[in-house]
Amino acid sequence: MSEYAHPETLVSTDWVAKALDEPNVRIAEVDVDTAAYDEGHIRNAIPWNWQTQLCDTVRRNILSKADFEALMQRSGITPKTTVILYGDNNNWFAAWAFWQMKIYGHRDVRLMNGGRKKWIAEGREVTTDVPAVKASEYGALPADASLRAYLDDVREARDEHGAELVDVRSPQEFSGEILAPPGLPETCQRGGHIPGAQSIPWGLACNEDGTFKSFDELQTLYGSRGIDGSLPVIAYCRIGERSSHTWFVLKELLGYDRVTNYDGSWTEWGNLVAAPVERGAPSTATAGVS
Amino acid sequence: MKPEDYVEHIVDVDGWPVNLTSYRFGEMFHCKADNVSPGAWLARESGATREAAEQKALDRARYLLARTRRHPVS
Repeated sequence: MSEYAHPETLVSTDWVAKALDEPNVRIAEVDVDTAAYDEGHIRNAIPWNWQTQLCDTVRRNILSKADFEALMQRSGITPKTTVILYGDNNNWFAAWAFWQMKIYGHRDVRLMNGGRKKWIAEGREVTTDVPAVKASEYGALPADASLRAYLDDVREARDEHGAELVDVRSPQEFSGEILAPPGLPETCQRGGHIPGAQSIPWGLACNEDGTFKSFDELQTLYGSRGIDGSLPVIAYCRIGERSSHTWFVLKELLGYDRVTNYDGSWTEWGNLVAAPVERGAPSTATAGVS
Repeated sequence: MKPEDYVEHIVDVDGWPVNLTSYRFGEMFHCKADNVSPGAWLARESGATREAAEQKALDRARYLLARTRRHPVS
């Protein structure tokens, strides 16, 4: 079995359990359900709220460099800190935080494989105590634009076939049957997908326990849909967090160089006036799998 | 504290599969409901028993899922 391209970007729950008191390690929990942390979390983990702390709360955007630096400082993180991220939904928003940390050049950031689900399922110790954090000094690098796709990049990829588009939403969202994950608010005017996109739901990259599938399994999964790293890849979903999970898989685990996350995603494309939209089921059998 | 009695199972809620995850912290059971595909969180509830926590989470999930429209796809 082959090893991941960047195995250093993943740590196990065992590894984290042994590193809880390491002075150069900062653990942050990033959940879809922002109340999960209060129920119980890994000792010494701090909470990051994706709705208020990992985005620009006025414009629709990721954190500015200054806001990112302020978050790192409040979190007691320096550029030399080893940052461990974990969260619910198999690390959806932990991957979103990971992606932003890489955009701003943080060297050592890792995901806890399996996320909150695996930690809880293993019956590991949790606490409701919130750790006291001593503020730090932090200077980020300029944003690395090579990790992010904007609308124009997607248009160019579609028009010139210069990149593969990977839609990581559920098959029902891809087909246009539903406009948002079941139970969540509809946030777009039209359903369907960007013409030419491949449907590869994010969850296919995960095992039942929330951990990532092996390198070989991932290579087969994406390779069988023509995603083999020979062309640049643009991943998208609804708001960019599920696609940051797939971005992590393609970039860090499979080692494809040219992978970007289109965080505008379907809430941008599906609201554009006159944008081309394709409807219908995926060409490959992914129904019922998320 | 340690989570105990971790259980996951999938139930049908008005035609939508819902994954229920429950466990116990001390005397209290906690239950999370997600929508299976794509796995997005719908509800988190707690109760004195697993059944009570699950029922609250299911009630909330059912309320949210009732708002989801299915659109015809040609």
